[in-house]
Amino acid sequence: MSQPELQLEDSIPATTDLPMEHYKTLASYIGGLEDKKGSLINVLHKAQELFGYLPKEVQLFIARKLDMPAAKVFGVVSFYSYFTTEPVGKYTISICMGTACFVRGAEKVLEEFKKELDIENGETTKDGLFTMKDVRCIGACGLAPVVFLDDQVFGHVTVDGVREILKKYRKEHEHAD
Amino acid sequence: MDRMRSHIMVCGGTGCTSPESEVLIDALKSELEKVDYEKEVNVIRTGCFGLCDQGHVVKMYPDNIHYVNVKKEDARDIVNEHIVKGRPVSRLMYVAPEEKKNENKKDQTGFSKKQYRIALRNCGLIDPDDIYDYIAFRGYEGLARVLEEKTPSEVTEIVKQAGLRGRGGGGFPTGMKWKFTLRSPGNEKYIICNADEGDPGAFMDRSILEGDPHSVIEAMAIGGYATGANTGIVYIRAEYPLAIKRLQKAITQARELGLLGKNIFNSQFDFDIEVKLGAGAFVCGEETALIQSVEGSRGEPMKKPPFPSESGYLGKPTTVNNVETLANIPSIILNGADWFSGIGTESSKGTKVFALAGNVKNVGLVEVPMGTTLREIIFDIGGGIRGDKEFKAVQTGGPSGGVITSADLDTPIDYESLKKIGSIMGSGGMIVMDEDTCMVNISKFFLEFTQDESCGKCTPCRVGTKRMHEILDKITKGQGSEEDLDLLEELAPMIKDSALCGLGQTAPNPVLSTLHYYRNEYEDHVIHKRCTANACEAWNKYYIDPGKCIGCSLCAKACPVHCIAGAAKEIHVVDSAKCISCGICFRACKFDAVIKPMER
Repeated sequence: MSQPELQLEDSIPATTDLPMEHYKTLASYIGGLEDKKGSLINVLHKAQELFGYLPKEVQLFIARKLDMPAAKVFGVVSFYSYFTTEPVGKYTISICMGTACFVRGAEKVLEEFKKELDIENGETTKDGLFTMKDVRCIGACGLAPVVFLDDQVFGHVTVDGVREILKKYRKEHEHAD
Repeated sequence: MDRMRSHIMVCGGTGCTSPESEVLIDALKSELEKVDYEKEVNVIRTGCFGLCDQGHVVKMYPDNIHYVNVKKEDARDIVNEHIVKGRPVSRLMYVAPEEKKNENKKDQTGFSKKQYRIALRNCGLIDPDDIYDYIAFRGYEGLARVLEEKTPSEVTEIVKQAGLRGRGGGGFPTGMKWKFTLRSPGNEKYIICNADEGDPGAFMDRSILEGDPHSVIEAMAIGGYATGANTGIVYIRAEYPLAIKRLQKAITQARELGLLGKNIFNSQFDFDIEVKLGAGAFVCGEETALIQSVEGSRGEPMKKPPFPSESGYLGKPTTVNNVETLANIPSIILNGADWFSGIGTESSKGTKVFALAGNVKNVGLVEVPMGTTLREIIFDIGGGIRGDKEFKAVQTGGPSGGVITSADLDTPIDYESLKKIGSIMGSGGMIVMDEDTCMVNISKFFLEFTQDESCGKCTPCRVGTKRMHEILDKITKGQGSEEDLDLLEELAPMIKDSALCGLGQTAPNPVLSTLHYYRNEYEDHVIHKRCTANACEAWNKYYIDPGKCIGCSLCAKACPVHCIAGAAKEIHVVDSAKCISCGICFRACKFDAVIKPMER
């Protein structure tokens, strides 16, 4: 006899600060999958897209929904660099560290971002505005060194250009408020 | 479709799309409307032309004129001058770097002259979002032919005869791979397209999927028929959002026309494709690790045998082919095995796409017949070195390959010849380095990469690459000794021989190859304590010789970042954490007390 399927409420932790509608969207996404176990990575992508990151409670929720050990979910989350378990800032700055960018000075650009934002690689600024991380080659080698700010691409970035980029987004943020 | 007088093709690859190609397309369309030409001139967004650092690239068809560095403000001139008056806009025309004069026909410049496009045949020529564009260029004809005229075993024989080898790096004969899967017993088989292009600096797979997704879909269907698979899976990096979008759209279009799905061309052959996303792990390019990842697990490689052709995805016979390999298939079917095997060298047939990047003038994608020399690729097609710098080396094969020096520039490249000179073909990344690149620093960069990407399953790779990276880090920080070089040489072959998968087995290659060709640079670091390329952190800051400084404070006054401390008539000191290496203090000092970074 197969086990009765868990209800949505059973899988969500009682004390959650995360938006309920995201859980619902995720649950219906999982419900629509044919091969549930084989889709763990796609589910995690979806969850990260919704929540912005993958905290423990979301990982547990997914484990229950897919009927697999939470250790397996955590194993996959920690294996792939695309997944993050920490909340990210409003804007994510991704600095390409591919070889082409590296030989054209991406290291210096990264250092400049660190200095300007006063954070280390992978951290988020105190005001929650920027998260900075280095990424693997994104294949836009013609524009090296390349920096992504969310989906916006900045090519041929110089050390001086770093301040310009940050200024632009700080301004945008002020106007949005 | 309306008959169009001419077409304006706008590159929509990642390199060009990023700086807002939509805006340019809209601007061109609205300018055309202003002069009532919108029904006669078509604006198409195509795949990558290959001239990636000169985006936006716009091609005027049928005039065959290329405009580069086009901004949205230029739309007006292109329409008013070129389209209306028939006068090309000379200020935007493509300038071949080696000629420094306006060359309006790209097909006649060095960039295109030596190229031969098979895998990239449709990139920059068709609209990737429109299946009819692909069909107009004989798309899906190859699939129709094999389904109607050939048996699966005949198809594998054609591919074997053509001599096509895996373009992802391994170089294994594709026809043989297909034959093995076909021969494996079982009704349930799979074909996987490996689009996990992890090699930093290689972007041909991304460009093919963005510019010509249907060629990969058609090839997978052909491969599915040849190997007995009814399901295809494209495993693609999540870092390539545009390629994913275009591929998914292309799959939907192919389904709508019955080119995917049940009973394709009334042949009783069913085939469909699903897309699975990677999540950022270099090791997933290795086929057994990739299969683990497709199954939703950690992408750790497995022992071979059994090979995927016997037991792969879900334990069923599976073929894993790279994107570029597949993109060759439709042309081989249409033109025959003899045509394909007539191109290239004795052991390596056809063409290879290289992603030319680094310190070279024409950064972009080039496709050349096997056997073309590195000199032709870098200097004739690539236009030589950027700025007035000297060529130093070219790195092929990414973190698994090695460097090639100017002495070997005339080697005709194929799988075997590159191996002979200590590198590998790899997936086709070609990073050109000039005199300012430090070879120790570059091998440290690669080891940092492999060490970070090591999945941790086997000890030689997990621990070995870490130790190698530590040693290299020590050397670049000026704390290395001669024994460290011996240690590197001892460690490297051990890791190569005992690691489980290709990642670990090739990880020491960049170190071995740079140690072989540039041992003097390593010795400079460990014996003479200097970095002649001026790249290593330990030595790239200015320094004041206490024996010569008289405390005149001229340097401190001149320093723009105030990083020189010291009272008058006392010895001054540079704070190297703040020093920006501008050299102003060097010029200000009248007593030769300021030492240039390189001379320390």
